[in-house]
Amino acid sequence: MIVLIGVSMLIFAIARVIPGDPARIALGPNATAEQVADLREKLHLNAPVVVQYGIFLRDLFHGDLGQSLYTNRAVTTDIAQFLPATLELVFVSGFMMIVLGLPLGVLSARYRGRWIDTAIRLVSLLGVSAPSFVWAVIFMLLFAFYLPIFPIAGQISDTIKLPAVTGFVMIDALIAGNLAAFFDALRHIILPAFSLALAGIGQAARLTRSSMVETYEKPFIEMARSYGFMESRIASHFALRPSLIPSLTVIGLDFAALLANAFLVEQVFAWPGLSRYGVQVILRKDLNAIVGTVLVISAMFLIVNIVVDLLIAFINPRIRLSQRPA
Amino acid sequence: MTSPTLRIDDLRLSFRTWRGLTEVLHGVSLHIRKGERVALVGESGSGKSVTARIVLGLLQELKSSRIDGVVEFEGRDLEKLSAAERHKLRGTKMSMIFQDPTTALNPVYTIGMQFREVLGRRVKGISQRQARDVATAALADVSIRDADRILASYPFQLSGGMNQRVMIAMALANEPSLLIADEPGTALDVTVQAQTLQLMRALVERHQTAVLFISHNLGVVREFADRVYVIYKGRIVEHGTAVGLFADPRHPYTRALMEAVPHITGGGIPEIDEESAAFSAPMAVHEGCAEPGASA
Repeated sequence: MIVLIGVSMLIFAIARVIPGDPARIALGPNATAEQVADLREKLHLNAPVVVQYGIFLRDLFHGDLGQSLYTNRAVTTDIAQFLPATLELVFVSGFMMIVLGLPLGVLSARYRGRWIDTAIRLVSLLGVSAPSFVWAVIFMLLFAFYLPIFPIAGQISDTIKLPAVTGFVMIDALIAGNLAAFFDALRHIILPAFSLALAGIGQAARLTRSSMVETYEKPFIEMARSYGFMESRIASHFALRPSLIPSLTVIGLDFAALLANAFLVEQVFAWPGLSRYGVQVILRKDLNAIVGTVLVISAMFLIVNIVVDLLIAFINPRIRLSQRPA
Repeated sequence: MTSPTLRIDDLRLSFRTWRGLTEVLHGVSLHIRKGERVALVGESGSGKSVTARIVLGLLQELKSSRIDGVVEFEGRDLEKLSAAERHKLRGTKMSMIFQDPTTALNPVYTIGMQFREVLGRRVKGISQRQARDVATAALADVSIRDADRILASYPFQLSGGMNQRVMIAMALANEPSLLIADEPGTALDVTVQAQTLQLMRALVERHQTAVLFISHNLGVVREFADRVYVIYKGRIVEHGTAVGLFADPRHPYTRALMEAVPHITGGGIPEIDEESAAFSAPMAVHEGCAEPGASA
């Protein structure tokens, strides 16, 4: 909560410091000076920044983030419309990060020094070192243009019409019982989600590997070996769990970072999500919308971190048990 | 005579390094009969622990190691067994106790869960209740009465001595015929170490378990072992009964090792040469302590 207030102040200040008159941009070059002045008055732009922030806070507690100058709708309406698509993308991406990143790291540590380890490390390094939008463009070229396996852009084919229940297209498709639509949406999400996830996959694999390698040196692993447990069981049971803590922390952070990276990937794949909305409102200096978008993203960041902390406590008995008196 | 529980004959171990092969064991031979407690004594780096790990088959999996010689377990040549058969022996017919009990137990599982894993090595798919009953009995053997609390605990919640008892109980729970104790309790303080060794001794006597006891602590060895092998730089330099060897150390290195124990009554830490030509003197074997099946 305190963090959220801090973020709101910061973004509020930054949004007002960047040059350019929002009213002038919103009204276009043909507007008269009076029209601009009117709008500035309406938006309280002439008041001191502190007063503006006060007004913003008052409205915020009424669930009102103001009007967007760009869409002419309440910012909350806009966010409600665009957020599900982004969440869908981020969740699929995060899911890929976990189900691909962790096992790759485990494999890599298990077969340390063999070709499979080298291959995985190379791929992870590539994933980490190139930004996601580069992958987005490369994947788009490879798998949507040269080899048209996947659709090139969008969230779902235009021909499919779904009743919006949750706003999550894939879930809506399932609710409607429309499997064709679900798989269509799935095909649409794979490329953007994968290019978004790649950095996280690499990161998770590298961290899991190094933390597993360290765990493998521990006496309790030798003990497990001396008791004749199979190597595969040692990897999946004895070594993985003590190694998960750093991996989970990083996955949590990466999960949140997905939201930020989604800005560019959504742009590339014409994904109708919040991040794309964010880019557009920034370009138009749509103050209310910028602040609203950033607030929602930081709130998600916080939620993800709390979830990760809880997970870590679940996995590490030392943390779980230290909270209550022994 | 039945074959000894463990017989090692002319065991050589080399590691492949960038400079070529480096031999660290130069033909070690020893044997342990059923129910016998045999100590392998030597300084750090003398080859005690690698010998133990070869018996368990842990070093064979290392790509850079080369092992020659015979390791026979209950009359079966381990090198001739398939990997799966060797695997089966570990944790059931032979088990090991480690130096530092607290780090040798997995920190993220409760003692109970780890017990169940270990017991599952002998009885596949052992039920939770069965495992708890066996574990409770095994813990009672090492004088742990409140087994329920211990089984529900994580290793970091228990003291080092408690963990050591747990480890002994675990190692003996499957009633192995050979127990390898690699410097057990060196990480513990002396009184606790003495207590746990007493417990271990009573247990192996009762179960007729053969023990390979690896240590650098002569006092402990004297108390615990029936026979002693002294190892120096990958060679056995002296072999005799514990009584005979301590009464009459014949090899220069053994004598140096015994002098190296600081006396509580003064004299400080004795000065011992790090290396001496005399240490490379041929092996001294006490009467009646010849290797079975060996020509010597």
